[in-house]
Amino acid sequence: MTRHDTIDPATVAPSDRGDVAAPAGNGRSRAPAVRLPALRALAAADAPVPPPAGPGSGSRIADQTWLRVLGGAVVPLGLLVAWQIISTSGMVPTSRLPSPEMVWNAAVDLAGRGLLSEYVAISTQRVLTGFAFGAGIGLALGAIVGLSRLGDILLAPTLGAIRAVPSLAWVPLLILWFKIGEESKIILISIGAFFPVYTVVSGALRHVDRELIEASRAFGLHGMSLFTTVQLPAVIPSVISGLRLALAQAWLFLVAAELIAASAGLGFLLSDSGNNGRIDRVFLAIILLALLGKLTDSILGLFERWAIRRWA
Amino acid sequence: MTTTVERPDARVPVADRAFGVTFSGLGRAFASRHEASRPVLRDITIDVEPGEILAILGASGCGKSTLLRIAGGLDRPTSGSVAIAGTAVEAYDTRCAVGFQAPRLLPWRTVQGNVTLGLPPGTPKADGKASVTRLLELVGLADFADHRPREISGGMAQRTSLARALARNPGVLLLDEPFGALDALTRLRMQDLLLDVHAAAPTTVLLVTHDVDEALQLADRIILLGLDGDVPGADIRQTVVVPGTRPRDRGSARLAELRARLLDGLGIDRHSADGRSEPDLAGPDLSDPTPNTTSKGTP
Ligand SMILES: Nc1ncnc2c1ncn2[C@@H]1O[C@H](COP(=O)(O)OP(=O)(O)O)[C@@H](O)[C@H]1O
Ligand SMILES: [Mg+2]
Repeated sequence: MTRHDTIDPATVAPSDRGDVAAPAGNGRSRAPAVRLPALRALAAADAPVPPPAGPGSGSRIADQTWLRVLGGAVVPLGLLVAWQIISTSGMVPTSRLPSPEMVWNAAVDLAGRGLLSEYVAISTQRVLTGFAFGAGIGLALGAIVGLSRLGDILLAPTLGAIRAVPSLAWVPLLILWFKIGEESKIILISIGAFFPVYTVVSGALRHVDRELIEASRAFGLHGMSLFTTVQLPAVIPSVISGLRLALAQAWLFLVAAELIAASAGLGFLLSDSGNNGRIDRVFLAIILLALLGKLTDSILGLFERWAIRRWA
Repeated sequence: MTTTVERPDARVPVADRAFGVTFSGLGRAFASRHEASRPVLRDITIDVEPGEILAILGASGCGKSTLLRIAGGLDRPTSGSVAIAGTAVEAYDTRCAVGFQAPRLLPWRTVQGNVTLGLPPGTPKADGKASVTRLLELVGLADFADHRPREISGGMAQRTSLARALARNPGVLLLDEPFGALDALTRLRMQDLLLDVHAAAPTTVLLVTHDVDEALQLADRIILLGLDGDVPGADIRQTVVVPGTRPRDRGSARLAELRARLLDGLGIDRHSADGRSEPDLAGPDLSDPTPNTTSKGTP
């Protein structure tokens, strides 16, 4: 399916219009004329549902984007203000609730020693690597189980059983096998990212409209052409929601992995600061996790828009 | 008034690409919860000539769609066989194009993109483009080429589906109630369009309908499917050769006579029904077989 599939009627010569002949133009002259203007009038009378977004709605969409960004910032700013008010009023001791300034200072302090960027970088790298492996394998196995009956029969029960194991149960095994190195963390994050993608993709592929598949087969599509023309566009929206779920899971498992065994990263910052009573750093780590999680999810959101425009 | 038995001999010459369809003792039974299998069709034997338009009439649920699906290789008979141009029908036979009862359009493709799907494989881009544009003009959807299926009405979707089937320029065109969702005026226009396209490239057409007038207007021959008393499974109750050449006068007295007979066969009291409403599945009353129809069943 390429962009060339769509045809711009404006590029068809006017002399071509109104030429009534066989569909593939086998050049017979017996073709009687069809009253085209009447038919066009008819089409107009056969009232269609108005398209959801007509021409000229581009600026409105842009306005909405700004509205979303500004609207989404209202509550966080409100919380920040409330936080500041509460901590200056002295209602809650700073050992329980550090002031925004203390958290900011903690950030500046860690940044000055180069630790902040190191922790953010290592955590993000672990999440992205684990997510890439987990989601990639999830897409592949989800496609095999969703598209092939044999794959479904052979793999689905086993994968279902593995999915039933609470993912943190793998931690001791992973540490025994891979020690406390990078592998154990990446694998745990991959496991977390794998299952949402696998489950959503296999389910969505199984439930693609059978009538559409049959009609497309009747018009000669099969194998890869059937997949790209019918199955892929049909499941794209579910695939992307599966990926977003998987990304959230990846951050969850990152923190789990780093809490348990790490010497760097945001999870390590959390556990280390918790043990040392540095509540300002605990707050900092949580805020950074929120920001990074939201940022990566927004990037996937952009990808979603593009993919839906491209495929679905 | 007497009607003739002869085939209309003024038919347009047959194109190379029109194929004959032969049903030989074809039957189809479906597995059911209660019985081992429930026959839907039995003993369907008919030879459809290349370029012929055959209308398949019958009450709702009598197996018209099933017969069409088997002809296109979307389903298989449980007994007997069907062949196109002398060779057995294969799964999703490429010699056929199907216009389904429901439009079955890809929701993420435009009207134009859906019609493009019908083009024969290997059509050069420019030819395909021109062909799709022309078809959209023919079905009156040129102005809606860039709309998605959810943005057009049901009748427009059905016309898109018809255009997709026509785009294939098939040897056998299988149409399952292609005008069912259209309003009366559009229906007449689309019937004329089908005849125009057929006259220009006379392919073999199997047209399922439950509209007697539509069958009389379009077909060379009409078969009426129905039950024979209590015997399970529909077979061909009547075969009617429609006299005269197309386009036929919709008000002709000869056709009125045939119409009455076919409505009788469908088990409809012609004074109270208009033949367009879908009748219940009922055993036909064939107590008065006449010279221009070949009937079998209850004497
Ligand atoms: N795939 C199927 N499985 C079981 N029964 C079926 C199937 N397809 C059709 N039937 C049955 O066959 C009968 C004829 O159906 P159909 O050919 O769609 O009738 P028509 O098109 O004449 O209305 C119906 O009773 C229907 O329930
Ligand atoms: Mg039907």
